[in-house]
Amino acid sequence: MIRPDNVLVWATFLPVIGAALILALMSVRHFLGLPKRFLDQSSRWITLVASFLMMVTSILAWAWFDPKAQGLLVQGKATGVQMVNRGIWIRPFNVEWFVGVDGLSISMVLLTGLISFVAAIASMPWWQGGEKAIHMAGMDEDDHGHGNDEHHPKHFSVRMVPGYMILLLLLMTGMMGTFVALDMFLFYVFWEVMLLPMYFLIGVWGGPRREYAAIKFFLYTLAGSVLMLLAIIAVYYRSLPAVLADGTLSAKHTFNLLELAAQGRAGQFATAVPIFGFAFTKIVFVAFFIGFAIKIPMFPFHTWLPDAHVEAPTPISVILAGILLKMGPYGILRFNYPLLPDATEWAANGIAVFGVINIIYAAYVALAQRDIKKLVAYSSVSHMGFTLLGMAAMTPMAMSGAVLNMFTHGIISPALFLLVGVIYDRAHHRDMERFGGLAKELPEYAGLTGLAFFASLGLPGLAGFVAEFMVLAGAFPVYLTFTVISATAVIITAAYYLWAMQRVFLGKLNQAYVGFPDVNWRERLTLYPLAAFMIFLGFYPQFILHAINPALQMLIQNLRPV
Amino acid sequence: MEHATQELGPLAVHTAGYLWLIPLFPVVGAVINSLFGIRIQRTLGKKWNHGIAVGMMTLSFLVALRALAEMISLPASERFLQNTLWNMATAGSMRFDLAFALDPLSMMMVLIITFIGTLIHVFSIGYMAEEPSYWRFFAYMNLFVFAMLLLVMGDNFAVMFFGWEGVGLASYLLISFWYTDIEKAKAGMKAFVVNRFGDFGFLIGLFLLFWSLGGVWQPRADARSVRYVPEIGYKSDSTALNPYESTGPRTVTIHGHAIPLGPTLNFRELRDQIVVEGTGVGEHLRHQKVWGVMLLTLVAMLMFVGAMGKSAQLPLYVWLPDAMAGPTPVSALIHAATMVTAGVYMVARLSYIYAMSPTAMGWVATVGVLTAFFAATIGFFQYDIKKVLAYSTVSQLGFMFIGVGVGAYWAGSYHLLTHAFFKATLFLGSGSVILGCHHEQDMRQMGGLKKHMPITAWTYLIATWAIAGFPWASGFYSKDEILWKAFTQRGMELFGTPAPWLGPAVFALGLVTATATSFYMFRSYYMTFTGKYRGGAGHAEEHDEDPHSAHAAPHHVTAGHPHDNKDPVVHGAHAVHGAHAAHTAHAAPAHAAPAHDDHGHHGGLPHESPRSITFVLVTLATGAVLVSLLGIPMLWSHHEPILEHWLAPALPAEVSFAHFSHATEWLFQGMGVAAATIGWFFAMKLFKDGKSSVPADLKARFFGVWTVVYNKYYVDEAYHAIVIRPALFLAAFLSWFDQHVIDWFVNFVGWVARLLAAVDDAFDKYVVDGAVNGVGGLTREGGRLLRRIETGRIQTYLYGAALGSLLVVLLNFLFR
Amino acid sequence: MIPTLSHYLAVAAVLFTLGLFTVLTRRNAVAILMGVELMLNGANLNLVAFNKFVVGGLTGQTFALFVVVLAAAEAAVGLAIVLSIFHTFKTIDVRAADLMRE
Repeated sequence: MIRPDNVLVWATFLPVIGAALILALMSVRHFLGLPKRFLDQSSRWITLVASFLMMVTSILAWAWFDPKAQGLLVQGKATGVQMVNRGIWIRPFNVEWFVGVDGLSISMVLLTGLISFVAAIASMPWWQGGEKAIHMAGMDEDDHGHGNDEHHPKHFSVRMVPGYMILLLLLMTGMMGTFVALDMFLFYVFWEVMLLPMYFLIGVWGGPRREYAAIKFFLYTLAGSVLMLLAIIAVYYRSLPAVLADGTLSAKHTFNLLELAAQGRAGQFATAVPIFGFAFTKIVFVAFFIGFAIKIPMFPFHTWLPDAHVEAPTPISVILAGILLKMGPYGILRFNYPLLPDATEWAANGIAVFGVINIIYAAYVALAQRDIKKLVAYSSVSHMGFTLLGMAAMTPMAMSGAVLNMFTHGIISPALFLLVGVIYDRAHHRDMERFGGLAKELPEYAGLTGLAFFASLGLPGLAGFVAEFMVLAGAFPVYLTFTVISATAVIITAAYYLWAMQRVFLGKLNQAYVGFPDVNWRERLTLYPLAAFMIFLGFYPQFILHAINPALQMLIQNLRPV
Repeated sequence: MEHATQELGPLAVHTAGYLWLIPLFPVVGAVINSLFGIRIQRTLGKKWNHGIAVGMMTLSFLVALRALAEMISLPASERFLQNTLWNMATAGSMRFDLAFALDPLSMMMVLIITFIGTLIHVFSIGYMAEEPSYWRFFAYMNLFVFAMLLLVMGDNFAVMFFGWEGVGLASYLLISFWYTDIEKAKAGMKAFVVNRFGDFGFLIGLFLLFWSLGGVWQPRADARSVRYVPEIGYKSDSTALNPYESTGPRTVTIHGHAIPLGPTLNFRELRDQIVVEGTGVGEHLRHQKVWGVMLLTLVAMLMFVGAMGKSAQLPLYVWLPDAMAGPTPVSALIHAATMVTAGVYMVARLSYIYAMSPTAMGWVATVGVLTAFFAATIGFFQYDIKKVLAYSTVSQLGFMFIGVGVGAYWAGSYHLLTHAFFKATLFLGSGSVILGCHHEQDMRQMGGLKKHMPITAWTYLIATWAIAGFPWASGFYSKDEILWKAFTQRGMELFGTPAPWLGPAVFALGLVTATATSFYMFRSYYMTFTGKYRGGAGHAEEHDEDPHSAHAAPHHVTAGHPHDNKDPVVHGAHAVHGAHAAHTAHAAPAHAAPAHDDHGHHGGLPHESPRSITFVLVTLATGAVLVSLLGIPMLWSHHEPILEHWLAPALPAEVSFAHFSHATEWLFQGMGVAAATIGWFFAMKLFKDGKSSVPADLKARFFGVWTVVYNKYYVDEAYHAIVIRPALFLAAFLSWFDQHVIDWFVNFVGWVARLLAAVDDAFDKYVVDGAVNGVGGLTREGGRLLRRIETGRIQTYLYGAALGSLLVVLLNFLFR
Repeated sequence: MIPTLSHYLAVAAVLFTLGLFTVLTRRNAVAILMGVELMLNGANLNLVAFNKFVVGGLTGQTFALFVVVLAAAEAAVGLAIVLSIFHTFKTIDVRAADLMRE
């Protein structure tokens, strides 16, 4: 049933099928007289199963992906794009249903599958290890007892469960679709599909300032996507016709990203008439870039991130940090670089500057945080700076490092947010100054946090290091000074993580936290796989690199205008 | 060093498929103990925890011995064992494997690590017996050994760096082992962060070296006889279609050996490229400049910054004294015998790079000798026995750097070896003393221990002989060789200026330091083991294996010392000391582990340590004497020292020394012994049996100087003011900036948008909608007015009609 | 003195004006009807006078007779309305009969 040519379709739409099932259950609930509890439990199971199947399909896609294959031929040249599934969607506008993966997106597909499942597990109120823990986290299913008061708010996982699950599943589809879409229009549709559930998930199930954070996130991202939409339209009207799925030639223009890349390489956009006196490619580049930079998030567009993270429920933070942030660099590598090679060269120095600012600036800001979730959020900003710097340098090493950094950060930062969620579920605050000595009471938790912290600060042997190392090494000959400045981040990063470690776990045990339960099975289920993956990637990063290297080599080569 | 003149060929490689077992065993032990250790400890007992750890160490040592046997069986020039597991990462022109290599140098290191490591594990069984987190300790120790083995066995920079940071991690974990004491936790963090400063330099140096091999810094035409392959990047001019073909290593064939060229992280490839004359790479690198500085100088100096961090050299040494917060076996293994020597190992491993830059050599040697001297002076006045040893370690590491700085790479490595033995003995001896004295570390509370713990005393004395530099104990041979080589080295430069005086100057200061070393080490011996026992039962409260005394010092300098001042050595000081210990923060509840307390409360007289400890002490002390056999100077035996011969293939650097007569050499050896004797003599006069009052008098007279030195020249405070405070301030400022400027701006944009919306709303309400409503309103108002006329009474209308017709009539008359 | 056209006209005008005044000012419906009669008669006088001095023949007189008949009819209808008004409002004050205003 699942074959290489439709595995991506399955991966994309399995969650939607799950969501439809939940909706169906909801709609027949009153006819059949189903109790609320049944509905909640069944929607949870459906989500788990759907996201699990999605992970399985994405792993299948990863297994079937052949980095050395030629893939789809576009204008007679190999693109490395595989597992293509395409058909005509809206013929008058030459819009196609066109999905496929190359080395760049397959890593993101794998990441999306893994992190989605992890987020689904983290959304369950199960395996809490006893009534006390359930009560502590506010996961009591019934409404009596402590509930909705401010001090002990109800856990998000027991509030309006079917709605949450439907939105979560929709979000998964949006994310997966964004990474596999090879049609600009389709990409944009998935991009927006992902945006809306995110808004509600933060805005309804979030923390005390959820409305503010959700609106900020939504408007910020929407502003970006408007720019992106304009750029898409501009590119579309400048494009030449291309062959559609059924073999016919499209009328006038095309949305096909691979064709557009080929046209961009041939200088189709470089020769376009200027807009407002600025070169067409530069304007379009900037529009695309800002749209994606907001998602990265790049300084100075980053302030939505700490707010969104702090207010979002744990699984949503996990998805936000693990996958959504990766869409920024992914979009840049999918749109800006192939379509507008000459503007890319023009912009490279600027990107590098912003990358360095991201790295250093966010690291310092993280050093000053007291809220541990904010610290982790700023560390995300800092780490994504490495990706920017690596992309700007455009040497094979730096590019591979940048994409590897996307992947490793996609493994590490979800773990960090899960860990923050663990302590928040117990203590109901995140102020590091108020913790202390927790290692005594929660040794397993302390160990896991230590592992994740060290992975994030780039300890060799754990996932983060190789990516950082490759970015710095690769960027070094191109941006000597920038790299030297960026490398100082290794010191600051170590400082803020270890300081956080010290404030939370070391020292005398704060008596308020005596009797806190250690990590429970639900959390183990999410954390141990991620931890194992961190160690695995630390010693065998080639696992990811072997898939992304050829695609990036091709990308770099195509940057050279013919 | 005569062999340096012959032309070197590429290294011959022998594959040894079992090398990976050496680091594997410790990591297996670490994993078992960290995942299941707590269950093992509860169900099976502690003997299984240490059984696993020690067993794994022993296995590792046995495999290392097997490798040694294989290596000895090979001809000297082919002693290079290699074992590749898998390709870790390939990208562009960078490629590194998880691969291990052993050459004579790393073989020596592996033997030190596994042998001394095993012994220290055994020591820990007794020392940590009452520790509740027993499993954790052994897990960390095994982890450390694993990382250290990666460091020395790494076939390339990446694996080495894995180990380099891994030992940092293990060191962090072990220093803050008793994490409930926040001061110990802070010491761990300090160690890690300071090391990161060093790593930063190391990384930059590594990148410079890597890319200089790719010929990035200079046009390719500069390189002779090789075609440099810059990375196929966007900036390059290569037109190769398939990037895999073009980034593959280019090779040059010399004497039938193909030598790959280009950027590499692999030590062997690096060595072949640079050392083998025919490749021209060395020559090419020699002429490259970055930022107006000779490239190799920059590379060497930056990498040495990494060594400064790891090996605690000025100015990054500050973490090592604080690292004494860790359990004593940790101090012995990590902070004396192995990890801190990683920097020395690194310089020796890259000897061919350092040897090409006289400035770098001068820099290393100068930093080394200054550190040696500086740390020795601090060592004079410390009362904490572990602190004395810590500063002594810093100082001895300085000596090693003098050795590798002046080009006597084998001598530096030899000092590393001897130091590993005698300093491990000293640390473990101090551990035994601390255990015997119920966790007392202050030497003022000791004394006369020779009576109570004779084995510890004897081994400590032997190790003190060794470190002081008396013949037949190993330190003499290595230190003498280092100083002699320093004196004869005339080719060093200081920041690009030739400085032939630098070698003798280093020698002179080194000799003074040797005297000082002898003095403070014998001081510690005499204070601890001779005289009368000054400690007593019941003051176990003030046990402190932590850096807190260092931190607390500035406080109680004012409060405590006026009393201490009068007579710090006699009994009376105890009360004063006890008093200030009580008011330092961690007096009662801050105690580390409960078992620790229990142990402390036994009180009573000091006692000799259990057999597992004395066995280790005796073994190590024996080793400290026996390793001298490896370095009998040529002057005595007319043979090349065994170790020099052994290490020669691994140290291919060409360094020339000035030649002097045998008589001069004898004279200098005599000077070395004299220095040791002078130091010993004064220490004996001043501190033996704790009778002399001279130290107290001297201290009273030079109290200002004493305070400054006692407080370690206030370097920690200076760091706090210069580095930490500004960094935290910057962080706070940027955080403020982020919240109040950038986020403010975002919110401001939002506010402006809302303002615009409000204006728009008003316009809509009052202008657009106003016009529509205005028409309606006008009609309505008009109707209301006109309605008055519509009375419904005929008469009213008739008035109108009448008036109208009258008007018509009038108009008719008026406008006829 | 031989009455001329002007004299007739003057008398007719006075009659008409008195009638008009009555119609405009009185509130009694019957009085208003009487005022209307006065105005009609004023007009009749004009018709007759103009016939005698200007036109000749019998046209004026015919008109006048016609008006007298009309006036009789009008008075009949008017009084009926007044009765009806009285029936409805219990008064013959015309101010009460303002239902058309609504």
